[in-house]
Amino acid sequence: MLAKRIIPCLDVKDGQTVKGTNFLNLRHAGDPVELGRAYSEQGADELVFLDITASHEGRKTFAQIVQRVAAEISIPFTVGGGISELSDVERLLAAGADKVSVNSAALRRPGLIDEIVRHFGSQVCVVAIDARLDEAGWTCYLNGGRVPTQRGLFEWAREANDRGAGEILFTSMNHDGVKTGFACEALARLATSLTIPVIASGGAGQMSHFRDAFTLGQADAALAASVFHFGEIGIKDLKTYLRNDDINIRL
Amino acid sequence: MLIARLFVPLHPEKCKKMNVAVVKYNAGNIYSVLHALQRLGVEAVLTDDAKTLTEADRVIFPGQGEASNAMAYLRERGLDRLIRELRQPVLGICIGQQLMCSHSEEGNVDCLGIFDVPVLRFRPQAPQDKVPHMGWNQLERPATPLFRGFQGGEFVYFVHSFYVPVCPWTAAETQYIQPFSAALHRDNFYATQFHPEKSGSVGERILRNFLEL
Repeated sequence: MLAKRIIPCLDVKDGQTVKGTNFLNLRHAGDPVELGRAYSEQGADELVFLDITASHEGRKTFAQIVQRVAAEISIPFTVGGGISELSDVERLLAAGADKVSVNSAALRRPGLIDEIVRHFGSQVCVVAIDARLDEAGWTCYLNGGRVPTQRGLFEWAREANDRGAGEILFTSMNHDGVKTGFACEALARLATSLTIPVIASGGAGQMSHFRDAFTLGQADAALAASVFHFGEIGIKDLKTYLRNDDINIRL
Repeated sequence: MLIARLFVPLHPEKCKKMNVAVVKYNAGNIYSVLHALQRLGVEAVLTDDAKTLTEADRVIFPGQGEASNAMAYLRERGLDRLIRELRQPVLGICIGQQLMCSHSEEGNVDCLGIFDVPVLRFRPQAPQDKVPHMGWNQLERPATPLFRGFQGGEFVYFVHSFYVPVCPWTAAETQYIQPFSAALHRDNFYATQFHPEKSGSVGERILRNFLEL
């Protein structure tokens, strides 16, 4: 049976991981490649590296990180952050990334999804959506959740699906950082209305939250950052927990 | 003892002498195979040169992409015939496996015909049947030397929307929507639908088994 995936996400700035990593006794915990390898050895199913650098110099450094990850780590990985045109995608895939995640640029110009799919195939195109639930319903946001748009979560996810995206990575801004669990209701609605896999993001605080994302939320994968980086949840422990709860997990 | 042996790196002398060629064509994700071989201590050559491919000890035919475009590219360069006539162990991966079959529904194109079986599109039967089939899934009934040391149940990484049905050349099955061929084997030709180069230590064992055939 196809396993549910556990995906640690690493934010990278100027070639270094951003969030604290005071665990695993890594000599260079700030090195995204070493941290990624440690996660891979613990049983992570995929990795996501997000470039949060603004400078041109930083972007070059990130491409070097991508090359090293591709050479040294034997599980699939997605890269994202600041991808605005096809040439960005081309550069990152050439550096060895398996998939790219597009967010704001695709909301501003949905045709970018079609271009990526036409040139490189659906499987490389992850569409990341940051959305917040307010009185009007679930609204999509740009620029890391700073700028609201007129687009609703479900209709934008459907459009991305229909344009050929390979996966939807949905982050609930209401749940992100709060550690009270994923947005399971919205996840379930996405999972049942889309024909492509859905990755849950935002809200992981306990192991049971991952279980709920897979059962109540029917997500295909769950992504988290700080609970892994701070060692609050070990990936091996989490996967054993989920397996004991009858969720199909790769151990 | 046998299991322990599988985790020992390839013999350095054997590595040095091993001449591995990876078919260069218009498919994506070819470099990940080169990286995986490097991690095993093997420097493979990426080439579309007929002589280099024919004389290699091992040939790997990897990639991701669209079947009809890939076939057109191979035909233009005479690589279709060349691959069919290779005599050394050949390993097709993902689109490589599909191109080694008789015909693909993707682009409705005739392929190399090494395995006389068509490639079909996944047709979802229920809402949870997402296409592409993406992620880690299990091998069932692994047979052939490619899976030496395997018991069944091992997880490997898949990304694909088209599949090869179970057929006389099936060397391992996987269940998704229906059972399909996770791997094929006939004579010197081996193929996997999944990506051994992205399947962690299990994938490394498969690549090592292939090099040690």
